[in-house]
Order: sequence, then structure tokens, then C-alpha cells
Amino acid sequence: MTGTPTTGAVVALEHVTKRYGPPGTPTAVSDLSLTVPAGEICVLVGPSGCGKTTTMKMINRLVEPTSGAVTIDGEDVSRLPPVELRRRIGYVIQQVGLFPHMTVGENAAVVPRLLRWPAGQVRERVTELLDLVGLDPAAYRDRYPSELSGGERQRVGVARALAADPPVMLMDEPFGAVDPIRRDRLQNEFLRLQARVRKTIVFVTHDVDEAIKMADRIAILQRGGILAQYDTPNTILAEPGSEFVERFVGADRGLKRLSLMRVRDLPLIEPVVVRVGERTHEAQRAVDTSPVDYALLVDAQERPIGWIDGADLAGGGAIDPSAATPGASLLEPETTLRDALSAMLASSVQLGAVVDERERILGLVSVDQISAVLQTAALPAGR
Amino acid sequence: MPPGEPFIRPAWIVDNLDVIWQRLTEHVGMTLTAVVIGFAISFAAALLIRRRRTLTAVVLGFTGILYAIPSLALFAFLIPFTGISFLSAEIALVSYTLLILIRNILLGLESVPPEVVEAATGMGYTPRQLLWRVELPIALPIIVAGLRIATVTTVGLVTVTALIGQGGLGYLIVVTGVRGFFPTAIWVGAVLSIALAVLADVALLGVQRWLTPWSRARGSAA
Repeated sequence: MTGTPTTGAVVALEHVTKRYGPPGTPTAVSDLSLTVPAGEICVLVGPSGCGKTTTMKMINRLVEPTSGAVTIDGEDVSRLPPVELRRRIGYVIQQVGLFPHMTVGENAAVVPRLLRWPAGQVRERVTELLDLVGLDPAAYRDRYPSELSGGERQRVGVARALAADPPVMLMDEPFGAVDPIRRDRLQNEFLRLQARVRKTIVFVTHDVDEAIKMADRIAILQRGGILAQYDTPNTILAEPGSEFVERFVGADRGLKRLSLMRVRDLPLIEPVVVRVGERTHEAQRAVDTSPVDYALLVDAQERPIGWIDGADLAGGGAIDPSAATPGASLLEPETTLRDALSAMLASSVQLGAVVDERERILGLVSVDQISAVLQTAALPAGR
Repeated sequence: MPPGEPFIRPAWIVDNLDVIWQRLTEHVGMTLTAVVIGFAISFAAALLIRRRRTLTAVVLGFTGILYAIPSLALFAFLIPFTGISFLSAEIALVSYTLLILIRNILLGLESVPPEVVEAATGMGYTPRQLLWRVELPIALPIIVAGLRIATVTTVGLVTVTALIGQGGLGYLIVVTGVRGFFPTAIWVGAVLSIALAVLADVALLGVQRWLTPWSRARGSAA
């Protein structure tokens, strides 16, 4: 996340229970307590019937808890008139629910108008909002929802929810009705948007991969609305708290976890760098004391060319480029460990050369380092 | 018909334009009164039904029976209570609008997608704002469709109230035309009555299109 200050609020659920039937009947949500820090995305995830949507709807009082309390910045929501409360909370649902009889601009202006903002200010805000979600205000303001594609409608839905700059947003499977390719794009766009607005977001999905991608924290719920685990995506993948969580996140949780981490999170190994024409003696001594068995051949601009096996340096004389194994796997600090591992496993020398934006060598990473990460629960420093 | 009487006497029409005009405005007045009162009652009934679903069968059943009573019989029932009067005529006319209007108002409100209602509620619309700013505008095409049927039906039925001394254009048809053996008046009354029905129908359709520009904006990407 960037350093943008949050405009979000702390959302807390305290021993919240919801039962739709009389006492004694099964619970929809059972004694649920969790705190969402200001400016974070909390994803509620679980199989159907786990009470994730019910939990979300208790925050804006579309559902009233049977017992327990929900607070926003310490204020008990049950003491606020529901209508007033809801105007301060953004709400996005899967089917979007745009008003078909209003234009895009009118849809986005709904909450400011309910709050009786002056017309000029509403107009300005609508322009700003459409820009924010990537829709050209001039082209889209006067269209009707029936003239938009699914992705465009979803963006208008997000703009409408953000209109009055609410500290908290509730999103119920917001990208569930969009095809996978567009969903990925909308997710990325939304994460970029969130980096700018830093709202507190409660996000409901049934898709674990979406949860891992979007969440700062994931709350995994199981049938009956029982909180199975509430933690960062990394901790949930590294240390599933129960067999249920372990099964729910899937057998490939190790790989999923690697996609949360980036090369810059690893301590880089100092490479033995050699250039064409240099003597081999010094290089050989350096390789002997290095944890890596290869020297990295670079060009005049410090760009990796290939690997030279330590054993080939024994003969003495000058460095011979023809002895190098060409094509080092080039990684960037932003590359995910999942992609890094895949690149290294595909090349004959199982090392990755980490380079800067001009492809100059910064350091090395090894397959062993990545497998070591998988053994430990904690994230390497940097995230 | 007296022998030698022609179907149309243009001279009579020209000489009686003021009478014809008076009957025409009377017809429009009776129709408007019936539809406006019928709509007010239907609107209230529909909102009541939405609050208490159990009333649906009772209200629709009752208005259905009203709708099924032959108009002549209904007038006969009413005369002992309200006499041969404008009131009797209007009670009957209003009764016939109820079934169509209540049904269409309900259908219109039911046509509002549930996710739209959920989004509106979640964003902080009060129930009243939800009804007037979201549900009714979206229901409008179906409600107006009901109004068109009710209006056209009422324009036709007004002529029958001539039997109890009212009738607008029906007076020309029944009293001047049939009882007076005078075909010109029948023609004038019938043609104007049809014209009025068509005109009202088209006008209401125009109003609906004007009020719901969004219902025609379909499809560039949909």
C-alpha cells in the first residue's frame, strides 16, 4: 500500500450472533468478533450458508443482529437511524442494481442528492467519480444503464458507492457477475483505486483466490456463521488454523502463498560477477567462498549474459564467454515468488538474477531460498 | 327510421355544433372523473395490498366481480340508492376501472428488479423515497398501460350511461339517435366516441414515452 492517509473508519463486530428463527434454531452468524482496521480490505469468505452476506448486512443494518454489537469508529450502529447510517456507508452488490430510469450521472449522484448537496457540487463530484473509475464523464454521464456493458455497469456501481466519500464500503461479490478476464482487470483497477482512496472495505466473496488477491485480512467463515480464522492472507496460507481452513484454501496453498510474496522480500545473494577477459583465479577463489557454485558473466553495462560453473574456472587464464551457460533467468524486485520459482525451475541453472529497470544486476535468488520461505510461517521482511 | 331519412344530414351537424360540443365535453368530463377517481382508489388499494399481502385475493376478487357485472345491471342496482344521477353513472364507471388499474399498478411495482430495491435501501433511501423516486418511475410504463386500457374502456362505457340520463356522446346515440329515429346523431356520437378513445390512448402513450426516455434507450452494449 502507498502512504496515502486513510479516510476509512475502524469497523468492529463484537460477539455478533444472528438467528433468523426463534432461540434454539441454527444460527446464521454465531458469536462473531472481528475488527477491521481503518483503510484495510477485510474479505469475508466461506462456502454458501456461512453467513458472510448476513455478517456484512449487519454493518449497514439491512439485517439486525440477534445479539452483540457492531461499531464504526467506536460508535454503535444500532443507535443511528438506519437511513442516516446507510448514507455514510458505500454499498456495492453483485447485480449492481443501477437505477434503470436514471442516467449514469444521476445514478452516481444518488447519495449526494439524498444528502442534499448543492447541485453544482453534485455535478463536480460526478465528473470526478466517473474519472476515478475510468469512465469518460463526457461520454458516459448521459447514458442509461441499459446502454452499458457489464463491466461498465460495475464501475458505475463503484462510483455510486464512493459518491459521498463514505469511510466504509460494503461490497457483496462485486465482481461475481463478470467474466474471469474482465474480473481480473476490475480487481486490479479496484486495488489501484483503493490505494488512492484507502477506505475501510468489507468485501464478501466465495472465491478463495479473489479473497487472497484483494484482502489485507481474510475472515474465513464456516456453516452457521462460525469464524474459522481471521488473519492476513499469508498467515492463513502458511498456518491454516484448522482442517476446515486447510481444505477451504486448497492443496496448492503453498503456491498461492508464493504469489503473495515478491523477490524484493528475499535477502539477495551477493553474486560473483565476472567480465570477459578477466583472469579466472580471483573468480575461482570468490566462488569457493560463495554459497553459489556459479559466477555470473555480465557485459560492460553490468547486464547478465550467462553463468560460468565454478569448476570451469579451475584452469587459469582469461574468462572464456563460450564456456558460459547463456540465458540467466532475469527477475525484477516486483516479480512474485511464484513466477520467480517457475522461471528458475525452467532454466538449467536454478538461480535467478535480480535486475533493476536497466537490467543491471542487483543480486541473486535461489530455489533453496524460496523453498525455505515455504517452510516458515512469517513473511520475509518488506511487506 | 322514418322513410326517406338519410344516414347523414350534414346540415344538422352544422346547425347543432354547440350541442355536439357540449356532449363531447360532458363525455370527456365523465371519463376523466371516473379515471382520476378510479386511479386514486386503485393506487391506495395497491399500496395497501403491498403492506398486507393477504388482501390481494380479497381486493382482486371483489374488483373482479365488479368488473363482471353487466353495466346495465349495475345501473339498475344503483338507482334505488343514488337515483338516476351523475353519481350513479360515476360509481359504475369507477367500479369498472378498478380491476385493471389495481392489477397494473401491482404488476408495475413487481417489475422493479429486487437488486434495485436492495441497492436503494442499502444506500439510504427512506421507504417513501424508494416508492416515489425509484419504484413508481420504474413501474410507470406498466401503470400507464393499465391507464390506457381503463381510459379506452371508460370512454366506451360512458355512452351506456345515457340509459340513466347521462351519457355525453351516448346521449346523442341513445336519446337523439335511437329513440328519435335519427341516424345522423348515432353516427356523430359513435364516430366521436371512437375518435376520443383513440386520441386518449395515443395521448397517454405519448405521455408515457415522454416520461420514460430510459425505456427506449436499449442496447448499444447491453
